[in-house]
Parts: sequence; C-alpha cells; structure tokens
Amino acid sequence: MSAMHASPRKPAEPWNDPAAVPYIRLREVSKAFGPVNAVDRISLDIHRGEFFSLLGPSGCGKTTLLRLLAGFETPTGGVIEIDGTDMSAVPAHRRPVNMMFQSYALFPHMSVAQNIAFGLKQDRLPKADIATRVDEMLGLVQLAKLGDRKPHQLSGGQRQRVALARALAKRPKLLLLDEPLAALDKRLREQTQFELMAVQERLGITFVIVTHDQEEAMTMSSRIAVMDAGHIRQVAPPAEVYEFPNSRYVATFIGDANIFEGRVERAASDSVTIHSAEAGRLFVDRSVASPVDATVWVAVRPEKIAIAAEPPADASVNCVEGTVFDIGYLGDMSIFHVALAGGRRVRVAQANRYRLVDRAITWSDRVWLTWPPGAGVVLLT
Amino acid sequence: MSGPEPRIAYLAGRHAEPTALERLFYRLMAVPAFAALVALADRIGLTRRGAVIAIPYGWLVLFCLLPFLIVLKLSFAEAELAQPPYTPLFDWVDGHFRGIRVNIENYRLLFEDDLYWRSYLNSIRIAFTSTLLALAIGLPMAYGMARAPLAWRTPLLMMVILPFWTSFLIRVYAWIGILKNEGLLNGALMQLGLIDQPLVILNTEIAVHIGIVYSYLPFMILPLYANLEKMDWTLLEAAADLGCRPARAFWTITVPLALPGIVAGCSLVFIPAVGEFVIPDLLGGSDTVMIGKTLWVEFFQNRDWPLSSAVAVLLLLALVLPIVLLQRQRARLEAAR
Repeated sequence: MSAMHASPRKPAEPWNDPAAVPYIRLREVSKAFGPVNAVDRISLDIHRGEFFSLLGPSGCGKTTLLRLLAGFETPTGGVIEIDGTDMSAVPAHRRPVNMMFQSYALFPHMSVAQNIAFGLKQDRLPKADIATRVDEMLGLVQLAKLGDRKPHQLSGGQRQRVALARALAKRPKLLLLDEPLAALDKRLREQTQFELMAVQERLGITFVIVTHDQEEAMTMSSRIAVMDAGHIRQVAPPAEVYEFPNSRYVATFIGDANIFEGRVERAASDSVTIHSAEAGRLFVDRSVASPVDATVWVAVRPEKIAIAAEPPADASVNCVEGTVFDIGYLGDMSIFHVALAGGRRVRVAQANRYRLVDRAITWSDRVWLTWPPGAGVVLLT
Repeated sequence: MSGPEPRIAYLAGRHAEPTALERLFYRLMAVPAFAALVALADRIGLTRRGAVIAIPYGWLVLFCLLPFLIVLKLSFAEAELAQPPYTPLFDWVDGHFRGIRVNIENYRLLFEDDLYWRSYLNSIRIAFTSTLLALAIGLPMAYGMARAPLAWRTPLLMMVILPFWTSFLIRVYAWIGILKNEGLLNGALMQLGLIDQPLVILNTEIAVHIGIVYSYLPFMILPLYANLEKMDWTLLEAAADLGCRPARAFWTITVPLALPGIVAGCSLVFIPAVGEFVIPDLLGGSDTVMIGKTLWVEFFQNRDWPLSSAVAVLLLLALVLPIVLLQRQRARLEAAR
C-alpha cells in the first residue's frame, strides 16, 4: 500500500474484526416453496474480497440462497443487504451482482464476443469501450482467438471460461457462481480451481460459490458455510471446519470421521476426559462447555489414528483394540476397517510411506489403534 | 426358365418355415406384374433402406407432383363446350401422334386483365396482415402456455386444438351470427351502450381478417409452442443478471431463439390464407376479391378449366418460390452456425 493510505492494513480475517462492515448481510432470510422451507431463517455476513463457499448436499437450499442474492427469487422473510442497500425492492437486472450459471446459460445465437459484450451493451457503453473490454476479458480467460465462435463450437472447458468472462465483463463487485466446475472432468476441474482463485485475487471481487464438492470448497474458499435442510450448520475457514467441526453432521459431511459416543468424566480448564462404552477412556486436550455426565461425541479423523500390531505402552486412554476386517489400497494410502470387540467398525487411514510389498498388517490381524490427545474433537450435538 | 424367381437374396431359403410376410411375398411373386416390379427394383439396386426412403418420395410424386402436372397440362389447353370442357394437349388422330397443342392465351390473360392481378395482390395483402395479427395474438399465447406450470400445459394445449373437433365450415359460418348487424357482437355492444348504431363488420375485409385469424390461430400457436417449450429459461435469467430489462430480453433472446417457430407458424398461416376461399366467400363482401374466390368463379361459374388451372399454377409459383428462397437462406444460416 502506498503512503497515501494511512488507514491500517485490512486484517486478513475481516470476519474476526468486530469493526469490519460486511459487504453482504443476510438477516433471518427465509424462502418457502409451498410447505417446504428451502432456506430457513438464515443470518450470514460475507465480507468484501472473500471467496465464500456454500457447501451442502443437494436440496439443502444452497442454490436457493444464491438465487436470492441474484434476485431470481424473492425471500418470504428477512432482509438481504448488499453494500449497505436493502435489496428487497431491487429486481435482478438492477443488482450490482453477476452470476455464473451451472449450465453456463450462454446465448446460443450469439458469438463468444457477443455473449461477453451483452451486459456491457445493456449499460449503453460506447462501442469502442465495449470492444476493448471484450478483448480484455477474452485475454483474461485465454480465449483471444475464439471470439467469433458460437458456444456450440466450443469444448466444455472453453464454455465455462466464456461464462466466467461474461459474468466478469461488467466488473461486478460480487460474483455468484453456481456449481461452476460441476460439468468439467476431474483434471480440468483442478486446473480451473486455481485459475478461478487467481482471477479472484487479481480482480479483488467477492466470490460466493455454491458447490457440493467438499474438496473444491476446501481448496478455494476463505470461508465455508456448511448447509443442511435450509440451515447453516457452521461457517468457518476450511481448516477450522475440518479440524473443529461443531456437530456430528459437519464432522461426517466434511471428510471422514469415527464418532464415539460417551459421557463426560472430568472437565478441566484445558482438557476433558470422556468415558465411552465402545472405545474406553478418551482424552482431548481442549476444554468443553459441557457438565460432567453429559452425553457428548468424540470425532477422530481416520488419518489421525495410528495402527500397530503391538499393544502400546499405555493402553488406558485413546486406545482401542480390534481385528482388521477389510483393507482398501488407494495407492497413496491404505484404509483399514477395524472391527472392535462390540462389533463397531473404525476407519484408519495410513499413508503408504514405503513401497507395499509385504503388508505388515493384514486381514484378521489383531491390532491396536491409538491417537494423541490433540486428535479428537468433542461434539455436543 | 419357366418363371421369374425371387432375386432378393435375404428372402430366399433362410428359414425352413416361411414367415407370414414371406408367404405373402411368394404369393405375390406369382403375379407377373409384381415379379417384374421386384426384378426392376433389384436391377436398379434398390436396397431395403432405399425402399423405405422411396415410400415418402412415392407419396409426394403420387399426390403432389402428379396432380400438379395434370393442372399444368390443363393450363395450356383451351376451353371448349365439350366433355371434358377443354381441348386435349396431345393431338391424336386415328392412333397417330400429330403433335402438341400449347395454348398460352390463359397466361396472357392473367397478365393483361387487372382482375387477376388485383385478386393476387389482395389475397397476399390480406393474408399478410392476417398472419401478422395471428402472430401478435399467437406469440403471447404460446409464450404463456410454455411458461405455465407443467400440469396446466396439456389442458391449455387441448383448448387450442379443441375447435378442430368442429367442422371448419360451421365455425366460419358461426361468425356470421356473431358479426352481422343484429348479431351477438353488435347486440352486446348496443346493450352496453357503447354504440347506438350497429357496426357494419360482416361482408367487409375486417370480417375476412377476423375469420382468417380465428381459423388459423392454432397453426400459429402450435409450432410456436413446440419451439418455446424447449427454450432454456435460464437464458432469460442470465440476461436479467447482465442488466437486461425483461422486455428487452424478450426481443434479444426469446424472439431470435423462437425464430424457427415463428417462421413455421407464419408459413402455416400465410400459405393457406392466400388461397382461402370459404372465409372470403362467407364473411367477405363483393368488393373483397381474393384469388381463391376468383378461381372458384372461373372453374364453376365460367367453366373455364384451363384459365382456372393457369390461375392455380401461378398461385403455386408465387407461394413456392419465396419458400424455396427462405429455405435456402435458412440452410445457409444453419451452415454458418
């Protein structure tokens, strides 16, 4: 920043700054289709420059939320504010928002250049300005030579880039993306993820993206909102959502988790001890706002569990014993399904750090699973 | 060889027990004419696929090209008081061919007598304005139907098609009862006090327009609906998202994409409307001269078959040429796409 700007540097995490004014504010927003509440009293703040993901299974209301922001649906309750302005009376064509559609919705009777120019023409920009901007956008998405093509003459990846260029042409402050990568194959999807992030960083636009692909959300987002049945279950940066899920729903929806039910035995200021009928004594090195004897759940990620054929020195805590029921070999890692004495199965993921010729552990072996105090997360719901 | 044997290989000796179709084929082969036809088909290399394509071609030749050739032949004859009422084109005397007698007087008359010119132009003008009216009414209707909830679409479509259950003639005739001076429309308007003199609509060009638009509206709506029903409505959302007002989006997105339907609907209304006879005869006045009516008068009142044939040939050419040009234009557009 130049010296002219005396204001303090914007914190990297505006959502943790109580003084920061959010760019988008949702207050108790609901949308009902008949008897179904697709979006149920959602309140949410999204800040300028964020790459915000709405993640959830199909039918969880994430696309409806995006369409409410775009103005294609009117909320049945609550207020949506964008940049301090109440959007309830503003129709879609007057909102300072552009959207990239899942189907891309390119106009089939127009060329690539005409598609990109469409939004600019609505603003009655001078012809020369439109032409410059179209060229600039074609360059941005690396389609400079394809301006005269019709959408049906392009590959899926090229169409996706045209849709992006068209949505960015008006230089919106907010771009909504509805499953932007869903129609691409895996390799192209990964490449495009990084392109989207680069574009977002370069133009400084706020992105709100809908996806059902958790990997996509983890890679790209500044924050993720995990949705379920019209509600937001958790809003947090990717690492926090993964390492500190706030519910069993989030823990199992994002990544994989073994969940043990138990009762609080001892709650200290910096740790908690839990007794579980199926997994013995569990120790987690974080405090929990739950009284002694309350029922809680402990989630342990498969990759945080160590598997061994010998019993550990201290088997009294964070340790279960079982037999290998199944092994899945994925190349980079192996997944062990271990059956505990009570019949409960535990999943363990182990990186294959050496070439796998003879398995140290194989089917029906007696094994001990252990994890450190920093591996588990206590869940209250 | 005693007789023709089946030359189509796939039918011969494949099954011990011939199928019903094969039995029919063998029985037909006993008829020399059929056998000769099969031999001919085999000789010119007609495959099964070729035979399938030959059916629509045969249909068109039999019911479209052949009647046209007959009418064309008639148009070059001369009217005479005989049975049939025209001179033959090919001159045969005692079984000897003496030559072809071509009479172009009919066509000369069409160009010289301004009655025919006026009829043609009148027909095209009335058909054109009626088509525009039908489009103006049909497009919003088709649009509304295509955007209606799925459960409503079939009933709405039925309501468009339902009038076909009643005879066309009766429906046009019913309009006389509505439009005449002491008819339903004038009665209702006078009852409401909107007018104190009956409006003269029947036997005017307005009545002809009403009749044509009413009768041919389904032919406008159906292709438009078929086209709009396939439309991807997220395109309109995309247009709105890019700052396009709904009315503008209709003109820049919906109409261009519905163009094939609009062209089809307009053709289906315009072409029959030009040659329409019943509607101008029942609803039009004596000053509404349309080519269909002129043709009728020439054929049935003046019994001048050759002249009316010439009228029909010219009408056909006037209608077919623009369509051919339009088709070629469209093919070029498709290729460019």
